[in-house]
Amino acid sequence: MSTHTNDYVPHAPGYVDNEGPKVVTSRFPYEDSFTMERSLATGGYEGLKAALAKSPAEVAQEVKDAVVLGRGGAGFPAGIKWGFMPNIWPRYLVVNGDESEPGTYKDRLLMERDPHQLIEGCMIACYALGLNQCFLYVRGEMPLAHERIATALNDAYAAGYVGKNVMDTDVSIDIVLHWGAGAYIVGEETALIESLEGNRGQPRLKPPYFPAAKGLYYQPTIVNNVETLANLPWLMVNGAEAYKQMGSEASPGTRMLAVSGHVKRPGVYEVEQGVVSFRELFYDDNFCGGIRDDNELKMFIPGGGSAPWFFEDQLDVPMEGRTVGAAGSMLGSGALVVMDETTDAVKACLRVVRFFARESCGKCTPCREGTSWEEKVLQRILDGHGRPEDIDLLLEIGSNISPGTYPVAAFGDEGLEAVPFPPKQTTICPLGPSSVAPITSAIRRFRDEFEAKIDASSDDAAEPVGAAAGGH
Amino acid sequence: MTATEETPTTTGVPFTLNGVELEAHEGENLIDACDRLGVHIPRFCYHPRMTPVGMCRMCLVEIDTGRGPALQPSCMMTVSPNMVVNTESEATVKAQDGVLELLLINHPLDCPVCDKGGECPLQDNAYAFGPGESRFVEEKRHYEKPIPISDLVYLDRERCILCDRCTRFADEVAGDPLIHFVDRGAQTQVNTFPDHPFSSYFSGNTVQICPVGALTAKPYRFKARPWDLTGVESTAAVDSTGARVAVQSSQNRLVRVLGVDSDAVNWGWLSDKERFIHEATDAEDRLTDPLTRDANGEFVVRRWVDANRAAGEALSGDADRIGVIGGARLPLEAQFLWARLLEAKGITNVDAQLGDGLDPAIVSGAPRATIERACNPGGVVVLLGADPKEELPSLFLRLRHAVAEDGVKLIELTPRASGLSSYAKARLHALPGTAAEVAAAISTGASAAVGGVDAAELAKAAELLGSGAPVTVLVGRANLAESPDVTVAALSALHDLVPDLAVLSGLRRGNVHGAIEMGLTPNADGTEAILTAAVDGRIDTLVLLGADPMADVPNRDLAEAAFAAVSTVVSVDTFNTASTARADVVLPAAAWGEVDGTFCNLEGRLSPLAAKVTAPGQARADWIIAAEVAAAAGVDLEVTTLGETRARMSAEVDALAGIDLDALEGEADGPLLAGDHAWSLSAPSVSVPPVDGYGLRLLVDRTLWDEGTMVHHAPSLAHLATTASVSVAPGVLDRLGVAAGDTVSVGHANGSIELPIKADGRLPEGVARVPYRANGFDAGALIGDGPVVDVRIDRVGS
Amino acid sequence: MSRLNPANVTLAHEIISHYPKKKSALIPLLHLAQEQDGYVADDAMEHIAELVEVTPAEVLGTCSFYEMFKRHPVGTYMINVCTNIACQLMGGEELLHHAEETLGIRPGGTTDDGLFTLEDVECIAACTEAPCLQVNYRHEYRLSTDDFDALVADLRSGKRSDIPAHGTLGTVRQHIPADRRAGIRHPDDEGTPAWFASRQPAES
Repeated sequence: MSTHTNDYVPHAPGYVDNEGPKVVTSRFPYEDSFTMERSLATGGYEGLKAALAKSPAEVAQEVKDAVVLGRGGAGFPAGIKWGFMPNIWPRYLVVNGDESEPGTYKDRLLMERDPHQLIEGCMIACYALGLNQCFLYVRGEMPLAHERIATALNDAYAAGYVGKNVMDTDVSIDIVLHWGAGAYIVGEETALIESLEGNRGQPRLKPPYFPAAKGLYYQPTIVNNVETLANLPWLMVNGAEAYKQMGSEASPGTRMLAVSGHVKRPGVYEVEQGVVSFRELFYDDNFCGGIRDDNELKMFIPGGGSAPWFFEDQLDVPMEGRTVGAAGSMLGSGALVVMDETTDAVKACLRVVRFFARESCGKCTPCREGTSWEEKVLQRILDGHGRPEDIDLLLEIGSNISPGTYPVAAFGDEGLEAVPFPPKQTTICPLGPSSVAPITSAIRRFRDEFEAKIDASSDDAAEPVGAAAGGH
Repeated sequence: MTATEETPTTTGVPFTLNGVELEAHEGENLIDACDRLGVHIPRFCYHPRMTPVGMCRMCLVEIDTGRGPALQPSCMMTVSPNMVVNTESEATVKAQDGVLELLLINHPLDCPVCDKGGECPLQDNAYAFGPGESRFVEEKRHYEKPIPISDLVYLDRERCILCDRCTRFADEVAGDPLIHFVDRGAQTQVNTFPDHPFSSYFSGNTVQICPVGALTAKPYRFKARPWDLTGVESTAAVDSTGARVAVQSSQNRLVRVLGVDSDAVNWGWLSDKERFIHEATDAEDRLTDPLTRDANGEFVVRRWVDANRAAGEALSGDADRIGVIGGARLPLEAQFLWARLLEAKGITNVDAQLGDGLDPAIVSGAPRATIERACNPGGVVVLLGADPKEELPSLFLRLRHAVAEDGVKLIELTPRASGLSSYAKARLHALPGTAAEVAAAISTGASAAVGGVDAAELAKAAELLGSGAPVTVLVGRANLAESPDVTVAALSALHDLVPDLAVLSGLRRGNVHGAIEMGLTPNADGTEAILTAAVDGRIDTLVLLGADPMADVPNRDLAEAAFAAVSTVVSVDTFNTASTARADVVLPAAAWGEVDGTFCNLEGRLSPLAAKVTAPGQARADWIIAAEVAAAAGVDLEVTTLGETRARMSAEVDALAGIDLDALEGEADGPLLAGDHAWSLSAPSVSVPPVDGYGLRLLVDRTLWDEGTMVHHAPSLAHLATTASVSVAPGVLDRLGVAAGDTVSVGHANGSIELPIKADGRLPEGVARVPYRANGFDAGALIGDGPVVDVRIDRVGS
Repeated sequence: MSRLNPANVTLAHEIISHYPKKKSALIPLLHLAQEQDGYVADDAMEHIAELVEVTPAEVLGTCSFYEMFKRHPVGTYMINVCTNIACQLMGGEELLHHAEETLGIRPGGTTDDGLFTLEDVECIAACTEAPCLQVNYRHEYRLSTDDFDALVADLRSGKRSDIPAHGTLGTVRQHIPADRRAGIRHPDDEGTPAWFASRQPAES
């Protein structure tokens, strides 16, 4: 389908069929895009067929040549990640379909709208690396995705694309659909592995537990994001050179971006990587068409709840991992949340912090205790019980989770330098430090809003609840 | 700067610690290296005997491996060449202070009423590094204050800092993951499943390793403050493993026993029996005075000199008409003196075992293994005997680690699945009476089942035993209703197959190996023969050295008849028992924790027994009793002190050559007895009849918690004793037409007993199991003098 | 309530057979128990412990970590209103307050008739469609308060037969026919797949 409607596709809620090349969303305009029939009618499993005609090493090299960046958040090249596997078997593929980073909405669409494309991508990855088995871990709160993938797998097994003797070759690989059960942290790859082993979804320490070497059942394991794998069928059919025609040199291809919040046309867009700027994405008619009610932009989150905030100053930063990192944040999982001038910075800050406090797995001290402490202080400020020292206290708690200067965006007019992402951490995984992102961002830019709330607090109210029990 | 220089070892890994160039061992954990080099890094979750988890983050230090300094948990880092470590940098200190503050924000700070107060790592670290005041003004987490998570352990979740030590211990050390993290994030807590308590034999270890006061032991709660305690290192003597302990007292009462980390033996862990049995020392009904009978046959309190005279007289009769039973409770020094006394008197009817052990030749007539050998990676262990989890629990933990973590391969040649069964590579669950036959069939390669053991399992065992890997056989008494000759014959058959095997004795009773070494062993037949001679009128005097044959000899009818037949019984003991009640002379002995001495464990490893409190009343040390009874009997043992006794032992006992018994204290591992034994065990011939018409072969074995004298006198443990029941394989229950819980009669031509029946999946078909000395019930009534016992089970009533 | 019924035990064994290690089936089996009873009963956890050969405490440790598992009965319809940042910006909190008032319950509460349980949840991956909610994990997008009222009315009157009772997630399950299975590989079972070894160029 080559003509773009430039508007929402009703059966794919939020998806906007905008102008531009399409790699992973090409079937979305079809209402029956998730069926075996539609898939086969539109080139489904041609990529797998092309892969099987090559040696596994050639397939892996193609992925490496194409520089397929991971779409889960870290943006690490999949081909390089694959190369970290030692020559040890059995080895497994774990597909990260636990999409739950605040602001992120893309993998669910891919799973619901085109499960065969994902399955095909899984088979290509397993073939390239000689993986014994694939586990497709889908977030628990996505039953429609479960149904679509289960149906697709049942059909693909019956048709010989998955399982024993794939496409009448000796290649035999099982894919197992696995459901999660509600825990954001399971999106972290080692926590995902723990969860898949039937355990509490608590991250393992890296080192020594890098999944490529010691992953599922402590065997070599590749953990790839849904969107990353969904790129592989197109790549196998069209080749790395064609793939690199799209996007920028450092970030070839396209990626799905979910823009939410105060824009005129929030939606999920497939755009060329590193080519479109934040400004274009938010303001162009091909994309979001501007801030709602033509309000002023106050701030935006460029890469999911974990990302430090950006402001007007960063609108023209190229949307590429490296440049966004240098500017003090990350592109993360392609989740952009736009906030206009009507937004209460303290309230927005609390909401993101509360998320991390609720989702902390509890394994390591700084995150378990620190995130909930941050939440309590912020809630108290918002409830009118703030104390002047609370602002520094918040920054101080943050520095005990993420020591040193936390990454922040530069503000030229204030003479402040950007501190590049990623942050340092006293924690096992990045969840704890993620709670520091909104605090540092909000206090650095909108300290006056905190102070105003604290100033408005009555003296009586400033005596907090647990004061008597506090000393030690 | 506190790092101290140390002479570099051979293949050291150079690294820089706080600016000083030092060397770590190859593969050494950073926190361990720092400890060894004198730099202390605070920690809560790290424990050297468990997998590091890096969770508490207290041990964060700045490490530079060439990519710039970064904070890393030192417990998770292996020292790599040229690593630069800074434990005192600003970033390190800030991180550690931050973690400590965060650990304290929800901590109740109820130190004044906390058992841990004064010896609490959290308190110590807060004192050393804490800011002195809290910036946390919010509401703290609240939980119901301490909840019992087992019969012995209480949990205070408000104090818990979620370090994962107890839960890790339960899972990876004890293999009883009955406590677990529950819920998530700041609401995470440790807990059990509802109505499934933490009923692990090893639960007390969690209290010892808890870095805060979250876990407390019921026997110790509010008993003492740490600063009032004084302690001494000793050895657990409740079984023959010889776990190393620290014994602590307050106001002349034993209040706590802690495990001491010995590489060779118990790695710091203890069973709850070893940990809490000290309560028995403090029991109300200890024997406190020497007793003899008056004209009416009533006990009267006597002076020692009079009681000794009575005992001396009893030992001065016709030597052939005197039998001496027991001695395993005694320290090595007392065993030595008694052996010399008996030797001087020409008394040869001696046995330290009570008919519930094995031929001592398994110790003296076979190459001896250490625990280390058994647990060494790459080896094969054959379990020929009782379940070590029930009889030798600290040894069980070592073996469990070996088979679960270190790839030691286990063959079970046992009447039922043991606590190690899930790790076994071959499971030879032989019908009672057939172990020797089964062992022999390993080499001959059976095509059909032997003794109920599949040919496939026999083949697996043959492969393991033929692999050339070092083989260690743990030999013990698997079944009290089976002749001990069956086990010895099986050992002999294994030796035919693997001539260079070594034997780790599983004889379980306290210092029994010391008794064997000192010569308290039968010249010919053992306790059963002595009792038989008594019944036959060939023996008229019994001397009991801390032995209670009336309760402990499996053939209970025999013991009863013997006591009825003899004219004189002398008993040296710590408690009133069924046997002291029948004695004519009772000499009260000091108990464990009250006397200094030496313990010899099942490896032949020596370690100290230490006096911490004074014995009650007139009770005195066994070595003094031996010396004075000897004097009263006209034998001068030429010792007046423990030191003189030891000097004589060193001079006269070859196995003690070169060992200074006065220098054992402070040695974590302790020396092994000198000398090795060549194989000289001869295979007894034992003829076992086929299973008779009754249909089920009886298995009587021990559980950790039984009605034994010590457990019975420890208030916190007594109620744990196993409740009597007969168990059979689930299929047998159906065949018998009874339901679990029904009362049945278990018996044969010579007697029967009634008790409830239950199903046990760990039992093979064809076996009925009854626990020995279970609560309120005596399995001895079923045991006779045959090689095996067959029983029938009938439903009682309709 | 109860242990798994015979049909679900059969299903449980099929699920377990998909994994190299039994414990991996723990979360799917907890979902199965929740599908059977509407929540995860203690008896069901004990049964699952037997099936995957772990202790009940280990099952509880896993079960209690994941917020979808309810250890006590909940309403037929679980209404999960997202208030995370994207929804908050577009009125998610106001929607939640409206839901509280309309249903007369606070988040975590269940209506007296046992029909509705309300929850205040984190991001449910529909951020561009804010404010959104899920009913038994089926999405509803861009809701006004009127939309919410209409939804509740439809649920009450049984018009939403497309939404199964709480506990049922995907209504289609994956089944791998025996003759189509590639076969699982236990982690201890070393060795490169033959098809892979034969396709790799010889080591130089």
